[in-house]
Amino acid sequence: MSDPTEISEPVVSAAVDAALAAIAAANDSAALKTVRTEHTGEASPLARLNALMRSVPGNQKAAAGKLLGQARGAVAQSFAAREAAITEAEATAQLAAETVDVTAAASTWKPGARHPLTLLQERVADVFVGMGWEVAEGPELESEWFNFDALNFDEDHPARAMQDTFFIDPPEAHLVLRTHTSPVQLRALLSRELPIYVVAPGRVFRTDELDATHTPVFHQIEGIAVDKGLTMAHLRGTLDHFVKAMFGPEAKVRLRPNYFPFTEPSAELDLWHPTFKDGARWIEWGGCGMVNANVLRSAGIDPEVYSGFAFGVGVERALMFRNDVKDMHDMVEGDVRFSQQYGMTV
Amino acid sequence: MRVPLSWLGEFVDLAPGTTPEDVHAALVSVGLEEEEIHRFELTGPIVVGQVLEFVGEQQTNGKTINWCQVRVAPGDELAADGGPAVHGIVCGAHNFVVGDKVVVTLPGAVLPGPFPIAPRKTYGHVSDGMIASARELGLGDEHDGILVLGSLGLDPEIGTDAIALLGLDDTAVEINVTPDRGYAFSIRGVAREYAHATGAAFRDPALSVTADASTVAFPVSVDDQSPIRGRVGASVFVTRAVRGVDPTRPSPAWLIARLKLAGIRSISLIVDVTNYVMIELGQPIHGYDLDKLVGGITVRRAEPGEKLTTLDDVTRTLNAEDLLITDETGPIGLAGVMGGQSTEIGSATTNVLIEAANFDPVSIARTARRHKLPSEASRRFERGVDPAVAAVAAARVVQLLVELAGGEADGLGSLHDATPGSRPIALPTGFISGLIGLEYTPDEVRSSLAEIGASLEETETGLNVTAPSWRPDLTDKWTLAEEVARIVGYDRIPSVLPVAPPGRGLTHAQTLRRQVAQTLAATGHTEVLAYPFVAEKSNNLFGLPAGPVVPQIRVANPLDGEAPFLRTSILPGLLQIAHRNRSRGIVDLAVFELGLVFRPVAGIRYGSSVVPPGAVRPSAQLEAELNAGIPPQPLSVAVVLTGSVVRPQPGQPAVAAGWQHALAAVRQVALAAGVPITVRQGSHQALHPGRTAELFVTTDAGATSVGYAGELLPSIARGADLPAVVAVAEIDLTAVFAEAGAELRATPIATMPAATQDLSLVVDAGVPAGDVLRTLLEGCGPLLDHAELVDDYRGTGVLSGRKSLTFALRFRAADRTLTAAEASDAKLAGVAVAAARFGATLRE
Repeated sequence: MSDPTEISEPVVSAAVDAALAAIAAANDSAALKTVRTEHTGEASPLARLNALMRSVPGNQKAAAGKLLGQARGAVAQSFAAREAAITEAEATAQLAAETVDVTAAASTWKPGARHPLTLLQERVADVFVGMGWEVAEGPELESEWFNFDALNFDEDHPARAMQDTFFIDPPEAHLVLRTHTSPVQLRALLSRELPIYVVAPGRVFRTDELDATHTPVFHQIEGIAVDKGLTMAHLRGTLDHFVKAMFGPEAKVRLRPNYFPFTEPSAELDLWHPTFKDGARWIEWGGCGMVNANVLRSAGIDPEVYSGFAFGVGVERALMFRNDVKDMHDMVEGDVRFSQQYGMTV
Repeated sequence: MRVPLSWLGEFVDLAPGTTPEDVHAALVSVGLEEEEIHRFELTGPIVVGQVLEFVGEQQTNGKTINWCQVRVAPGDELAADGGPAVHGIVCGAHNFVVGDKVVVTLPGAVLPGPFPIAPRKTYGHVSDGMIASARELGLGDEHDGILVLGSLGLDPEIGTDAIALLGLDDTAVEINVTPDRGYAFSIRGVAREYAHATGAAFRDPALSVTADASTVAFPVSVDDQSPIRGRVGASVFVTRAVRGVDPTRPSPAWLIARLKLAGIRSISLIVDVTNYVMIELGQPIHGYDLDKLVGGITVRRAEPGEKLTTLDDVTRTLNAEDLLITDETGPIGLAGVMGGQSTEIGSATTNVLIEAANFDPVSIARTARRHKLPSEASRRFERGVDPAVAAVAAARVVQLLVELAGGEADGLGSLHDATPGSRPIALPTGFISGLIGLEYTPDEVRSSLAEIGASLEETETGLNVTAPSWRPDLTDKWTLAEEVARIVGYDRIPSVLPVAPPGRGLTHAQTLRRQVAQTLAATGHTEVLAYPFVAEKSNNLFGLPAGPVVPQIRVANPLDGEAPFLRTSILPGLLQIAHRNRSRGIVDLAVFELGLVFRPVAGIRYGSSVVPPGAVRPSAQLEAELNAGIPPQPLSVAVVLTGSVVRPQPGQPAVAAGWQHALAAVRQVALAAGVPITVRQGSHQALHPGRTAELFVTTDAGATSVGYAGELLPSIARGADLPAVVAVAEIDLTAVFAEAGAELRATPIATMPAATQDLSLVVDAGVPAGDVLRTLLEGCGPLLDHAELVDDYRGTGVLSGRKSLTFALRFRAADRTLTAAEASDAKLAGVAVAAARFGATLRE
């Protein structure tokens, strides 16, 4: 377009038409940028027409100014609308182009897991901690006194024979791998102020060969309460509360007479639940009873003043009936697939 | 203990229709544990037949079989299988003659196996049934020929049901007898318990026989010069003689069947009778061939070096603690455990001396264990036998030998009875209700105790209770409480939840332990639990590097002779587990375990030479000695990684596990424990010399080593059948947790703008970057807000043997906006310290 010489309606109108056509033809922000330069920039026809305003005679200035103002307004409005449309379309296209397959997200680490036997012990401990009990601990390699004598196991008791207990060399040092968590009872009685209410989860050892239902290294949870006036009814009440908290409101406890050196009276602890493996039935789960007077005496406690109850349950066994684990090998072999079934919770 | 129900029913009423399961349930309710149910697994028709005629037929295989005509029903009646009264049966045995009555299993019968009987073509005949041997019926081991009923002294009618005739319709329930209930090792004891459970009437078999005094004294002396734990070996020793026993007489079928169900093989009439009485009354009986005895009997301890050949044909060297039965020739029996060969009852024995004694449980238990000879007798003595039943049992044996074996009681015998009188137990009124938490009426208490056989005497404060002779376990008021509670029923005990005093929750260490496990699992590690048993060389390799031999503890009786030591490190167990997983195709592994390790200190003798008695609190000094004798068992956590820590995935290349991942795990542990763990270049005999980090926590005593992390020596990894790169870490958590829990003094969060600057320092390649970083933190002063290593460059522009470390530094003042100059000054202060310490230069 050659340089305009006057501001006339046809000239302005032609410049506006050309600008609007160019705006409409622009399809992306690059084209729009060119349009901005060509039709709204300093060298654009409308800008050059505007420059002629200086030479417009005074009486025509208002009309020419109005004509040019309307023309530039129409172009600017059209440009803004087109710019908004293109920006939005381009943003949408950009997002579409960024689509990923969310089912193929890469993971920065492999899943880990806790072992269900440890998790189960923590759950049991939590139930008792919630009742105000505390968690007690003791060594796995124990003195015979704590493991047997103090617990009213006579030195000629069959459980002290070589076939059950791992003895430590030399035998005259009288050290054993604890055969139950019960020595922790004694340690708690000796070291804590009465009354005591404690649970002791932990590893125990017996010389049973590994098979589907036995392992030489396994876990128990022991509970003991010693206070004034504790009765066997309190034992039952504690167990009732425990199994319901642990296994749900339908769980029940049955006590059957039995014999253990460290309790008198003693009972077998049977657990009933409707949804365990093999249906609703009674499952032998552990032993319990009133703390034997000789055990209290071993800790220097007068059994005429204090009484107590104790119980012990097997953790492996609980995992078997609760989670339908069929073979002890799975629990002890360390195959990561076993723990990974449970993940972080049991 | 197996209890044939027909036998049980003699002494306690079994309601009609009572099943073995009912009996089990009843016995379980009073404290016996149920085991199996035992039956003769056979069904009829099995009848008495008479051999009418038979023809021997030589077979091509060299055998001769007999083609027999056997009458199995009288006259023209149909047989029990619906067939004719006379069956043709092929029989391979030859121990019978025409006219013998035998046991015929007719078609339709099933013998133990199961072995169904049907007409069967064999040796050119159709054998319409089978003539049974004792073994085929499950009655015994006899299989030399068929069972000829005459040999059992039986002459029943033809067609009689042989199952009932031979007692094969009986069933036994098996129960487990707890150590306190020795009396339940007898039909007598179980019948009493069944009566307790059901309320059925009990008839004590011990009252059905009268023990007459002997008229001619058999010399017996008990001469125990070294009683064990103060108890004389034999408190009761009864002998009775029976003469003129017919050694050819068979044991009656009912006796064989009952013994068989009770788990005892029939041997001979005399031996069977002694076993029968033992099962019935719980009193072990020993029978001597009276003619082989030389002089009287002395019960004494063995002398050093003495030997005895026992019934099982083993010559045993005796221990000075063994209690012996001796005659003038020397030892003739291990008291209460097993008799000797020299006076054994044989097939020619006609004159018998019966011994019914009461031996000390501890003495018998030790002897049985020492000689590995658990017997029916020793099992009973170990748990305690009723001392009052010995004379009755001897009389019962005499009675049966007279009745069944044609013997004659000639009055020869003896009775030594030194049983201490039982002392009454004071039972204060209300004690049992107070212990059990259930209000028992005085009548419930009295009747329960009377029911178990105790005698009662009212006192001002309650009752004096004398336990029955068969209950040595009833020693105090607590044992009486159990009796009352179980007789009334444990199901009556109410449920009352006690309220514990307010607790303090988990200890900090218990919480941290969980947090460490949880954190490791959340960052990709899988918890496993390894056995703590290892080989000595594993401990030497993975224990703390204290020398060529790590002090360690050996198990005296390990299950696996290859791994008799207790672990000083968790790593050997984890490496085994890693190998097991890899062999199952799981090659990318990150496993961890938290557990105790056993770390004795060299030079300390652990254990205690004396075990204090129970039931007494040891003195403070003794208690301290016991505790000092227990080796340290710190809590440890270990991690093993092999393969990839990140698997190849779309847009994500694989990341191979290495030393840095072991250190990443260490950082997670430190974070979870809230205790800073610092890392230094270290060395450990099992780890790659260039890739070993020693781990430290800061204690009052300065930096304390708490473990190692790095990569295994490739040769060790290969030896464990693992890939060349295995990253490991182990941390003593007991030591770490000891530094945990200090209350943090919070730093106010400064909000003024930060100035960030990068710094590249050139140092010798051997200078640890961590040391340089620590130096900058120290040297840049308080304006340094944060610093981290972002690059380690070696190559063009840096001299060989040197490296350029780039740190990103962030400076900030709490109270003002820093100028660039202030930040630079702080940076240069740090550089100056690094230059002085490591010869660091600014990289141009």
